[in-house]
Amino acid sequence: MKYAFFPGCVSRGGCPELYPAAKMICQRLGIELEEMPGASCTGAGVLQEKNELLGDALNARTFAMAEKLGLQIMTICSTCQGVMNQANYRMQKDPEYLALINSHLADEGLEYKGTAEPKHLLWILIEDYGLDKLKEIITRPLHGVRLAPFYGCYIVRPTEALDIEQHPERQTSLEQLIETLGATVIDFAGKTRCCGFPILTINEKNSMAMVAKHTSEVKDLGADAMITPCPLCHLNLDGYQPKAAAQAQRPIGMPILHMPQAIGLAMGISPKELGLQRHIMSVKPLLMKLDLVG
Amino acid sequence: MDVTIKVRRFDPDADAPETYWQEFNFEIEDTATVLDALIKIREDMDGTLSMRCSCRSSICGSCAMRINGHACLACKTQARSVMDKENTIIVEPAGVMPVIKDLVVDFDLFWKKIEEVEPYLQPEGPEPEAEYAASNESMLHLSGVTACIMCGACVSDCTVMEVDPTFLGPAALAKAYRFTADPRDGDADGNSIDRLKQLVKPSGMWDCTRCAECVQVCPKGIAPMDRIMALRDQAIEAGIDNSNGARHAEAFVELVGHSGQIDELRLPVKTVGITNIPALMSFLPVGIRALTHGKMPPIFHKNIENVRNLRRLIKKLEEPKQE
Ligand code: FES
Repeated sequence: MKYAFFPGCVSRGGCPELYPAAKMICQRLGIELEEMPGASCTGAGVLQEKNELLGDALNARTFAMAEKLGLQIMTICSTCQGVMNQANYRMQKDPEYLALINSHLADEGLEYKGTAEPKHLLWILIEDYGLDKLKEIITRPLHGVRLAPFYGCYIVRPTEALDIEQHPERQTSLEQLIETLGATVIDFAGKTRCCGFPILTINEKNSMAMVAKHTSEVKDLGADAMITPCPLCHLNLDGYQPKAAAQAQRPIGMPILHMPQAIGLAMGISPKELGLQRHIMSVKPLLMKLDLVG
Repeated sequence: MDVTIKVRRFDPDADAPETYWQEFNFEIEDTATVLDALIKIREDMDGTLSMRCSCRSSICGSCAMRINGHACLACKTQARSVMDKENTIIVEPAGVMPVIKDLVVDFDLFWKKIEEVEPYLQPEGPEPEAEYAASNESMLHLSGVTACIMCGACVSDCTVMEVDPTFLGPAALAKAYRFTADPRDGDADGNSIDRLKQLVKPSGMWDCTRCAECVQVCPKGIAPMDRIMALRDQAIEAGIDNSNGARHAEAFVELVGHSGQIDELRLPVKTVGITNIPALMSFLPVGIRALTHGKMPPIFHKNIENVRNLRRLIKKLEEPKQE
C-alpha cells in the first residue's frame, strides 16, 4: 500500500507532534508514503472565502502532482480532507470548470485529469486497510480507556462532497476505530460540532465557549480523553482549554489525543515517541490507567 | 411497518415543568413521513402532543424539528430512512430557540434577526423613469436564496448561535445576501455598501465558523454558509476590510502566497493588526505555554519546492480581482 502523503501545514507547524506520530504508525502498518514537496496549503476554507477559484486551483495543483506519481492522496487532517473533497467535487462535476483551472496550471506544466480521491488516514484504515488487519497489529489494547470521538466539521459536512452516500461507514469511522483499539466509546452530541478554531482570532469568547462546551461535556460523561483526526481541533481543544476553562469558570482537564497517537499507544509505541509530552493538557491520568507512567 | 417514536416533551403548565422522554410504539405505512407518524400519535394516542405543521409538503416551513439530533422538516423526512436497527426514531424540538411546549419553539429570536437585516429593497439615488430593471441572470442567481421557507432548521443547528444568541445567524445573513446581491439594491451599480458596513460589525458575517451545519440541514438547498462566504467576499471587494475576519482572509492568501504554507506565528498577528497591542498581549500566555511544551510552530517557514510557480499562480488569479 502506497499513498501520496499530504500532511498539511499544522501537523508540522502548530501540532509538530502529529507528523512524526502519523509516519511512525504508517511504517508499522506497512503503509508506504511518498511526500509531495511541491504541494501547497489547501487554503483551509479561509483562502476560499476570498477567492474560491484560487483555492480550487491550489488543490488541483496538488491533485495533479499525485496523479503524476500515480498515487492516491492520504491526509491526516479533517480540514485538509474536507477542503480537498469540496474542491474536487466542484471540479469533477463540471468539466468546463476543470478545464478553466487546468488552463492556469498549464503554466507550470501540470494538468489535473480528475482522478484524485483524497482520503484521510482514518478512512484508509477502514476502507483500504481493514480494521481486522489493524487489530492484528495491536499489542496493547486500550482496555478500560474511555475515548470520546471528535471529528472536526470538514470531515463530516457537507456530506455530498464527502461521498457519504457511497460510504456511510465514514459517519461512524472514529467510533469503529476506538472500538478496534480496545477502548470504550463515549458518545456525545458534540462529536460532529465545531471546535471553534476558525473564529479564534475573530471572536475568541465564542471560540472558548465551544471548547469549554465539548470538553466539559465529555468530562462529565467520564471520558479519559478525546480523540480527533483534526489537528486544528487539537490546537483549540488542547492548546486553548486552560483559557476556555477559565472563561467557563470550571475545571476541565480533558486530554486530547491525535488519532494516530491513540493508534500508536495501542501498538505499543512509547508516549514520548508519540509526542504526548508536548500537549498542553496533561495526559498523565490516561497513561496511568494504561500503566505507562513509572 | 413497526416504529418506535421517542419524543422529547415539555409541558409548561405542568405542576413542576420539566423535559421528559416518551416512547410510542405503533404501525405506520412504509411510505409514511415522520410528520405522518407524529400526527398519528396526536390523533390516536396522545392528543396533548404539540407540534406545528400545515402544508405537509415542505412549503410552509412550520414543521422543522430535530430528528436523530439534526434539524429537518418532519414532512420531508421518510420515517423509513431515519429508523435505526430497532426501528426507533428520536424526535426533539428545534435547537437554539426556547421550547414553548413539546415540539413547538418560540420563533421570536428568528424573526428579530430577519428584521435586523431590513429585508426589503433599499435602492439609493434617483428613481428610474420606468421600473427598476434586473437581469434574468441575477434573478436566477437570487432564486437560489429566495427559495428559503424560513423554517429555522439552520438556526436550530447553528454552532455559533448555540453559544451566542447575539449572532445574526445563517437565515438572516442569507437573507441579507439576497439583497446585497440584488442589482436593484444599493447604489447605481447595485453595491449595497451601507448594508455591508452593518454586516461586518461584531455578531455579523465574520462570526460564522464555517462549520457547514446550515448547509447540511437546509431542506431547500439555500446553503446559508456559502452566502455568508459570498458576503465576506463582497465586503473585502468593496474595501470594507477593517475587521479581524477580513484581515485574516487577506493575510492567509498573502502568507500562503509567500511560502506555500500557513505561517501560524504571523497569521494571528496580521489578523488582529500589528498595532493592536492588547490583543497581541492576549496571545502571550498561550504562546508561552506552547513554547514550554515544545509545541511552537517554526519561526521561519521552509518554502515548498518550486514556490515560484505557486506565487505566479496566486498572482495571476488574485490580480483580476483587484482591478
Ligand atoms: S408542514 Fe409545511 S413544511 Fe412541513
